[in-house]
Amino acid sequence: MPEPILELAGLTKVYPGGLRALDNVDLTIRKGEIFALLGPNGAGKTTLIGAVCGLVTPSSGSIRAFGHDLSGDWRQARKRIGLVPQELATDMFEPVRRAVAFSRGLFGLPPNPARIEEILRSLSLWDKRDERIMALSGGMKRRVLIAKALAHEPDLLFLDEPTAGVDVELRKGMWQLIDQMRARGVTVILTTHYIEEAEEMADRVGVIRNGRLLMVDEKSAMMARLGRTEAHITLAEPLAAIPPALAQFPIEIEQGGLGLCYRGGDGTGKGKEEVAALTKALTFAGIDYTGIDVRESSLEDIFVSVLGEDAVPHETTSESEPV
Amino acid sequence: MHFSVRSAWSIFIREIMRALRTVFQSIIAPVLTTSLYFIVFGAAIGARMPDLGGVDYGAFIIPGLLMLTLLGETTSNASFGIYMPRFTGTIYELLSAPVGVGETLAGFVGAAAVKSLILAAIILLTARLFVDYSIAHPVLAVIYIVLVAASFSLFGFILGVWADNFEKLGIIPLLFLTPLTFLGGTFYSIDMLPEPWDTIALFNPIVYLVSGLRWTFYGSADVDIWISFAITLGFLATCIAIIATIFKTGWRLRA
Repeated sequence: MPEPILELAGLTKVYPGGLRALDNVDLTIRKGEIFALLGPNGAGKTTLIGAVCGLVTPSSGSIRAFGHDLSGDWRQARKRIGLVPQELATDMFEPVRRAVAFSRGLFGLPPNPARIEEILRSLSLWDKRDERIMALSGGMKRRVLIAKALAHEPDLLFLDEPTAGVDVELRKGMWQLIDQMRARGVTVILTTHYIEEAEEMADRVGVIRNGRLLMVDEKSAMMARLGRTEAHITLAEPLAAIPPALAQFPIEIEQGGLGLCYRGGDGTGKGKEEVAALTKALTFAGIDYTGIDVRESSLEDIFVSVLGEDAVPHETTSESEPV
Repeated sequence: MHFSVRSAWSIFIREIMRALRTVFQSIIAPVLTTSLYFIVFGAAIGARMPDLGGVDYGAFIIPGLLMLTLLGETTSNASFGIYMPRFTGTIYELLSAPVGVGETLAGFVGAAAVKSLILAAIILLTARLFVDYSIAHPVLAVIYIVLVAASFSLFGFILGVWADNFEKLGIIPLLFLTPLTFLGGTFYSIDMLPEPWDTIALFNPIVYLVSGLRWTFYGSADVDIWISFAITLGFLATCIAIIATIFKTGWRLRA
């Protein structure tokens, strides 16, 4: 198992007004993984990132990054951590290249124009290198923030809602970029509203609500444990009751007998196999059908099952929906 | 104590570049304002005023006017320098970087102080166009201006951290610094005030700053030069202590 590079133990943050934004959070992040932190608005995602990156003073608990305790040896740890904030916060009057070079210098590294060029090219910003940031589109501004975060070549990168407010094409581009970072060995922790984003990229997923980390698991294990297959079979003739030959399957009659609904499996593909067996059994029993709709449960379904329907932001449900 | 010269230099250069972007506001506007003071009080009214302590009135007001501009501009520059990142959210970059109080002060306060020194030099050159003067202790004058610029840069930094809106950012320079500087002997010697105002004036800390700078120019002033130096150094030390506490506790910087 890869070595842990970030360890949170009992991390708690209570704001002066009494809001408990983080409640005894324990979390270990392993080198080279992509970890997605999912949760509704106000769950504590940004506070958790802020506590690690020095923007928030924890009320209690400990943070160790790369073996350094952040309460004491924070300089050594922060040199290796990058942050892309949720808000488009940067000096809008600065030209792109100078803004990125500033970030590198701020982290105490010598100027490296070749490295800056490489970063800007990888983010399709090289052509805009001498333009003021204020003149760029929203998506490009977000890429500038990523370039600034990469300027000091971090080993651990926090992406707080990296694709919020960007179009589908750019979002896919971001995913590719994160893949490239993974290939270079950068550990990525991202928060997102887009559950499909976590589904697409994350190795592990954490679900947080009201400051409490409810669940942390490998994405595949989570899908296997909580995933389901759902199949709706449209029948040619209505059925009054489920025949004994089909009693072994987890099915029920729907649409007044004109349909059968299968719910089963475990997210590993077992459900699909069972649906295939069910269709054979239907044919063998002489029950004709005119259509089958099979659907594997998504991470979003799991998210809903853990947190409840109200916790899922509307924009997570449709990729094409503008944000 | 760890100190990254590159980090401090990056902040310093960015602040200087920011000043160059706003050269009219940073340099030209205060020079124009000071020139108007010299024209009105130095050349027009000053010609009808008697010498003060053997110094021509036009020359007498130079240290006071320099201090007036220095205090206002230095405080504003430094407070704006740290307030704007807080206001726009770009402070995240500073807080998440491996920089501490040393690099931050060297960058922000150093840049504000350097801008003030450039401004002071330009104002002295401008004054030469209207008034004939000489500086009795030029080395001490430079040291004193550097001390005042550094102190009020630190003060401005504290102000920029304290302020949570633009009104608060402007309230201290406008409602306190400027009136206290006007009443601190910029245009007159406090010896000219009747009792008890000459005694009350000694409670105005700006009196010691104006007097100290005036001594370096003409060798005489309302207050002993070493008292002025001591008060300036005391103010500098107090500001450093406050800023160190701000960074230690994260007051108004970290959530």
